[in-house]
Amino acid sequence: MHDILEKSGFNPDANYKVVGTSPVKTDGYDKVTGRAKFSADAFRPGMLIGKVLRSPHPHAIIRSIDTSKAEKAPGVKAVITRDDFPEKKAGTGPGDMSRMVIAREKVYWEGHPVAAVAATSERAAKKALKLIEVDYQVLPHVIDAKDAMQPDAPILHDYLRTKGATGPDAEKPTNVVEQSVLKQGDIDKGFAEADVVIEKTFDSKPMHQGYIELQSCIGNYSDDGMVDLWCCTQAPWVYRDRLTAIMDIDSSKIRVEQSELGGGFGGKTTFYIEPLSIALSRKAKAPVKMTLTRAEVLQGTGPVSGTHSKMKVGVKKDGTIVAAQSELIFQTGPYTGSAFVNAQQAIWTRYDIPNVETTCYEVVSNRPKVASFRAPCVPQIIFGAEAMITELAEAIGMDELDLRLKNAVAKGHTTIYGQRFDEIGLIETIEAAKACDHYNSPVPEGQARGVSCGFWFNRGGETSGTMNLAPDGTVSIMLGTSDVAGSRLSMEMMAAEEFGIPVDRVRASLADTNTLGFNRVTAGSRTTFSSGMVVVNNARQVIGELCRRAAQMWNVPEDGVVFEDGLCKPASSNVGEFEPLSMKDISSKTTYTMGPISASSEMNVTGAGPGFAVHIVDVEVDKETGFVAVKRYTIVEDAGKMINPIQVEGQLQGAAVQAIGWALNEEYVYGEDGKLQNPGFLDYRMPVASDVPMIETVIVEVPNPRHPYGLRGVGEVPLTPGPAAVGNAITHAIGVRPRSLPMSPPKLQALMKGVG
Amino acid sequence: MSKKLHVEFTVNGDEYDCLTEPHETLLDALRDKLMLTGTKEGCATGDCGACSVMVDGRLICSCLMLAAEADGAKVETIEGMAAGGELHPLQQKFLDMNGLQCGICTPGFLVAAKALLERNPNPTETEVRFWLAGNLCRCTGYDKIIRSVMAAAEEIRGA
Amino acid sequence: MADLRYEAPGTIADAVKLLAAADGTARVLAGGTDVVVQMETDLIDPDLIVDIKKIPDIKRIAEENGGYRIGAAASGMELCEHDGFAGAWPGVIDGVKLIGSIQVKGRATMTGNLCNASPGADSVPPMVTAGATAHVVGPDGARDVAVEDIPVAPGKTSLGKGELIESFHFPARPARSGDAYLRFTPRTEMDIAVVGVAVNLTLDEGGVCTQARVALGAVAPTVLLVKECADAIVGTKLDDAALDKLAAAASAACKPIDDKRGTREFRIDIAGVLAKRVAKIAYDRARANG
Repeated sequence: MHDILEKSGFNPDANYKVVGTSPVKTDGYDKVTGRAKFSADAFRPGMLIGKVLRSPHPHAIIRSIDTSKAEKAPGVKAVITRDDFPEKKAGTGPGDMSRMVIAREKVYWEGHPVAAVAATSERAAKKALKLIEVDYQVLPHVIDAKDAMQPDAPILHDYLRTKGATGPDAEKPTNVVEQSVLKQGDIDKGFAEADVVIEKTFDSKPMHQGYIELQSCIGNYSDDGMVDLWCCTQAPWVYRDRLTAIMDIDSSKIRVEQSELGGGFGGKTTFYIEPLSIALSRKAKAPVKMTLTRAEVLQGTGPVSGTHSKMKVGVKKDGTIVAAQSELIFQTGPYTGSAFVNAQQAIWTRYDIPNVETTCYEVVSNRPKVASFRAPCVPQIIFGAEAMITELAEAIGMDELDLRLKNAVAKGHTTIYGQRFDEIGLIETIEAAKACDHYNSPVPEGQARGVSCGFWFNRGGETSGTMNLAPDGTVSIMLGTSDVAGSRLSMEMMAAEEFGIPVDRVRASLADTNTLGFNRVTAGSRTTFSSGMVVVNNARQVIGELCRRAAQMWNVPEDGVVFEDGLCKPASSNVGEFEPLSMKDISSKTTYTMGPISASSEMNVTGAGPGFAVHIVDVEVDKETGFVAVKRYTIVEDAGKMINPIQVEGQLQGAAVQAIGWALNEEYVYGEDGKLQNPGFLDYRMPVASDVPMIETVIVEVPNPRHPYGLRGVGEVPLTPGPAAVGNAITHAIGVRPRSLPMSPPKLQALMKGVG
Repeated sequence: MSKKLHVEFTVNGDEYDCLTEPHETLLDALRDKLMLTGTKEGCATGDCGACSVMVDGRLICSCLMLAAEADGAKVETIEGMAAGGELHPLQQKFLDMNGLQCGICTPGFLVAAKALLERNPNPTETEVRFWLAGNLCRCTGYDKIIRSVMAAAEEIRGA
Repeated sequence: MADLRYEAPGTIADAVKLLAAADGTARVLAGGTDVVVQMETDLIDPDLIVDIKKIPDIKRIAEENGGYRIGAAASGMELCEHDGFAGAWPGVIDGVKLIGSIQVKGRATMTGNLCNASPGADSVPPMVTAGATAHVVGPDGARDVAVEDIPVAPGKTSLGKGELIESFHFPARPARSGDAYLRFTPRTEMDIAVVGVAVNLTLDEGGVCTQARVALGAVAPTVLLVKECADAIVGTKLDDAALDKLAAAASAACKPIDDKRGTREFRIDIAGVLAKRVAKIAYDRARANG
């Protein structure tokens, strides 16, 4: 175990020179000039273009696939189907993953890939797709998770049995993958103690991460068996290991190279076209570039779980929340992997409730498999949970924030899932919300206000990174985590702070899978924390080595040398009179000392501390049409010690607008035929600039001392309370509570008329 | 195969020509034929603005224009924005004020914002937001983009 | 997939010849903001594209007989920037502004908006209430058609083979006239109308409405020119009772569907709500033009 994980060396009184400032990020220059290379901005000599044939049916058996005509079409160099991938047993991890990439026995959603073509041009590939003949036996389909749980629902997998079910339920064919209960205390006793009990149901439609960059990749399979994959991804090592799992190619023969990432938000932690491009390349003996269209992204890539929830919460007149019971249903697409456990654990974790019972169901249905979105499964559940909290406050006549404050968890609390909280900033965050300008401004005429409170665990996990000191004294960092919002700058800043040198003397690059050890997904809000640990650890190793070399050069004991502001100095005049040695003084002479100076750290990072946020929203609802204008939005969040404040603000502001979109308009619309009706940005309605106000941020810094710089992850926390805050505001505006996400105008208008 | 068309146009003041099939868009031509990949495809339906360019002084989505229609046109893309190696004030403000996170939408926003400031050097926040409503961003929530544009406008006015 | 031919004729006669002689599917290309999208998303697979933008004067915005003649390829932005036309027909500009983003309006035309025949087209209701006519040119000569007679069903127009619209004419405006267009969308921009309502009216010196035209978009397969709506406000000063009658007439005239943009019931309600709001705007504009 690395020392740094035990003793981070965090100094609460430190005066930082670089950390806490907001320099311009170096990768920004190429991004404002258009030179930065995103996944579609690459070309290879001799490259072919690949396109995917997708199922027009949401549920069908594939009886046969005939590619013979397509293979002979002009310009076509390869056609692949399920036959080009090894058989992996259905219902296993590799089996599910393989079937997500290309269908085997059945197709499970409209858009499920069935075949792919590589040709000399996009048009030639598209023409060839039309020549592929697939014989489908169409089956009845089911889209909504609740519908899929009905006894007469079409069954997706004959082999599926509900994990966690007991009795006869455990034996029958089903669409329920898992049934799971997390509880503590005695729920019935809890409700008996309550003075007020509120029960409500909620639902949320599935939505999409909405990244602007379309997935694009170039797969190259050389004759010597080496695979080169260029793609956008939040998880190069995970892609590599999954390629091994589904294609039976050694990991050492696969190099995944990550492009600049044009947004991921969790949606690019899993692959889609990448294995297809490799299989096509193997057959065509040329690199194959594949790019998804926006319609394919919406039809075929991981949406966010739609949910149905039933919640019951009880409170005493004095504001103590005594019991919380819920039943949550999560839609997962055709295969397990919704990460519903996040919601099961997070639903009430802001509050110290002694009696809790949370039952979850994960259900398959005819949609693509869900993928992560910031705080997977949590915002849509907190939509209901924070509605309940607000209603409890109103029922007992207590201020909404005061009720949250009264029950707020603090240092020393052990959660229902067994994590013990050390330094956390929930109370400080709620108090900052109560004190902030927005909360203390009167609600403008014609508007209404809502608040809510959210949480995210923030993760650590497997992280590897290296650091090299060049003869000229400058520092190179290889990072295994991807960079969407400027994390590579944060690493440069932490390293610069460690060394006491200007941040411009440090550069971080994004590694490919050949150059570093394993790195877990860039997700879970773990990046700045985990890669930061690795970077700081490496910096300290390099500093140690610099001191050793200086001691050698001065012929003094190792503990006679200290390092400060980029210089090795004698620890005291007792050690001797020596001119300080700069990093360059030492690194330019490594040929004569013990060789190159570099450091490498591979760790399973622990100690990431959770984050909390409070959102405050003012809305104006047009009572005749249900149109909602968001007039003012404030996020109050504990970010731990901020490495780069302007970047932290940016993360929070982006999350607020994603929350607004989710709350008001974003949803997948399916027809009776199981086909997606809005596979484009016209009708998949994400907020545009004229839809939202400036987003105010109030950042509380309760440092997490487990990290050398006291930081906390901020990627996911700020989304979690969003839809609920908007929901509470709309409820206050119209006097009736919308319990269905998104809260679009037709739904609100119907509610106001009393017919919804 | 459709008969190819010989299309000639200028991009950022330089003469270019290419052979294009009739169905190919100006966006396809810029990216795949001229290798000018600063202009991005986000949706190919004119809903996201990532492909924004100027054609004959007009802000358009290059995914909505056939390459054939650009014959004889004067095209300006993000690659031409930093004149003579100096960043345009908009580009500098986006950097200074964190007007970009992942950066994929940034070229589209910069081209669109430049078109705005050339017509209206003193826009209000609302005018900026409505002018840029055709450019989608998923990372920033638009706040720092709008601030960057207004700061650049102020700097340009003061210059 | 068809082999596509692209032609850019230099005269309207040549355009007609090309269209009349076309085997398979032909499409006229003006702004391209519908045609190119449909091609790229494989909704249409044309054999021939006829680009009309090289025809002289095809982008003109010119005064004619006290009114305006607008060439078929005049873009949305050019219309918005033309002070004369925008001053005379602010309601048409309301609609044009909402066709799409600044980028889309840099290319999009009223012609395309009309001929694409989408029920939700934004410039169509105010063109109808303006009494605009389309100058249709074809192999059998030219004719002038009321704009509301062009779309016949979603995606279908009354134009015959070889015919295309060369320009529009907007009539002269009587004094004390005003028009306006409003639509409902869930976002502030970038959406297709869930309901659109246009009102064009003229007042007498006392502020009483003497003529009116009211059109509804996105609530039927094609734009509806609703006489009952006009009757509700003609002879009134748009007092509350008249506006209520107008709203009721608008709701009654709707034949909407449930779709991904709105339910039947919602559209019927909103048609009435918008009719009142837009009539008031048109009224205020008319008073200001007195």
